[in-house]
Amino acid sequence: MFEPFMQATWITASIIAVVAALVGFFVVLRGATFTAHAVPNAAFAGAAGASLIGVSSLAGLGIFSLGGALLIGLLSRRGRHDAVTALIVGLMLGLGALFLSWSTEYAPEIYSLLFGEVLGLSSNDVTTTAILALVCIAVLACIYRPLMLSSTLPEVAEARGIPALRIDLLFLALVALASTTAVPVVGALLMFSLMIGPPAAARAVTTHPAPAICLAVVLALATVWIAIAASYQTNWPIGFFVGIGCALWYVLARAIAKLCHL
Amino acid sequence: MGGTLSAVFEPGFFTSAPVHAALLTGAVVALISSTVGVFTVLRSQSFAGHSLADLGTLGGSGAFLLGVGPLWGFIAAGMVVGGAMDLAGTQRRNSRDVATGIILGAVLGLSALLLYFDTTESSTTGVTVTVLFGSLFAVSGYTVPAAVAFTALGLATLVLCYRPLLLSSVSTDLAAARGIRVRLLGLTFMLVMGVTVALSSLIVGTILSPALLIGPAAAALRLTRRPLAAMGTAAALGVAATWLGVLLAYDSYHWKPVGSGWPVSFFIIGLIFIAYMLSGLRKPGRTPTTADAASEAV
Repeated sequence: MFEPFMQATWITASIIAVVAALVGFFVVLRGATFTAHAVPNAAFAGAAGASLIGVSSLAGLGIFSLGGALLIGLLSRRGRHDAVTALIVGLMLGLGALFLSWSTEYAPEIYSLLFGEVLGLSSNDVTTTAILALVCIAVLACIYRPLMLSSTLPEVAEARGIPALRIDLLFLALVALASTTAVPVVGALLMFSLMIGPPAAARAVTTHPAPAICLAVVLALATVWIAIAASYQTNWPIGFFVGIGCALWYVLARAIAKLCHL
Repeated sequence: MGGTLSAVFEPGFFTSAPVHAALLTGAVVALISSTVGVFTVLRSQSFAGHSLADLGTLGGSGAFLLGVGPLWGFIAAGMVVGGAMDLAGTQRRNSRDVATGIILGAVLGLSALLLYFDTTESSTTGVTVTVLFGSLFAVSGYTVPAAVAFTALGLATLVLCYRPLLLSSVSTDLAAARGIRVRLLGLTFMLVMGVTVALSSLIVGTILSPALLIGPAAAALRLTRRPLAAMGTAAALGVAATWLGVLLAYDSYHWKPVGSGWPVSFFIIGLIFIAYMLSGLRKPGRTPTTADAASEAV
């Protein structure tokens, strides 16, 4: 399980878990769950499009997830947010279906873009993921305070002159960046689970931001590590273990919170 | 005149049996989805609606594995997950969305496993694509009449509790004050939506189904404030987009870059999106308010 060829997998997946938990904390805080589901799906369409015209799939992922995220942010100013998100995710998946119908891509490729294929990563992947993750964390650190304020007390943030729209678009761009980092490795559906499950579980047991963020990171890392180990042993898809694991953390956290009357 | 007509309608469009079937089933699904969709959009449950369509993947992949007809897989999955989402959620939108997301994640993980079993045990690698991107042109057998019957049943339930449901959709407090059992009504709606959406995703594919649910309804609610008028508009928009989409997909068999036709779901979603964007051009002054819908419901 810890052979040299698995090293890249362990490192990349750990980096992604940290990024997903950090960004996911704000996703849960802002109630942007649906957006977090939509953006990785847009990234999936981008990857399909990029493989079609033969450019780097990273470019396709980046452009589509950013485009999708900004489209959601801008259109939902004049319309119901959740309906707009549903439309954009449909549009993106429709485009993905179109690209796939044009390409001769083999079905397992599509499967791995959706459900992830972490076994058999190369050291190149590690470098790319690490750089993107660093950018992601740096951006998050820069906008941490205004983002936290506008997520928890939007009126106060507005009164202090923090532009709500700009923060919202920045945040969406951050989700897009995190998706670009993660989708080629863990797949569109898995990334969504990682962004929602651990932070939601952490928020259920503590309302203080710093402990909640730390707990979310720990839970995300634990989920990913257990999932890789279990997937290695059973040969079952990693997406299954991550999806079920994240849901279990949440159920457990809700139960603990109820027992302790938090 | 004849030249223009045959350029728009490729030869054989009106005589092809698959086209007839696609036009008919597409229209029925669009009608039902758009009507249910108005409630979905009014109740701000687009995420739940979208997730219910996604879990069609679970029903589909499970049915493939067990070798039973996908119809029952879809119905069971729709009922179970719809009910679970309603029970796990609370009234506050944020935590409701989180609960929906958690269930969606678990369901997707489970479908990943089932799809994996499908591909390894029966070595049919195309299953993923079929389940996810299903095609309107590939509908057949007893599935369609059965699916239509079930969705009609769901629609009848909605008609029966139209007034209380509408009231509780626009104002939970007002509905509760009038003695309406809001939680029970919410659960009923989720079950109806679960069955409708799951079945429509069986017929038109997991991608197209939520677009048909939300898109026409969201566009219609930007055009009119009155719920009944919105349902009519949404149904008309949905059917129009579906028929035009089928026509374009049929024509696209002769388009570049491949000679095998573009996916019909792409055209329908594209048309719905355009309709939504156009509906924003008209300025109705204000969006539907609680009072507007409540006055019609009371």
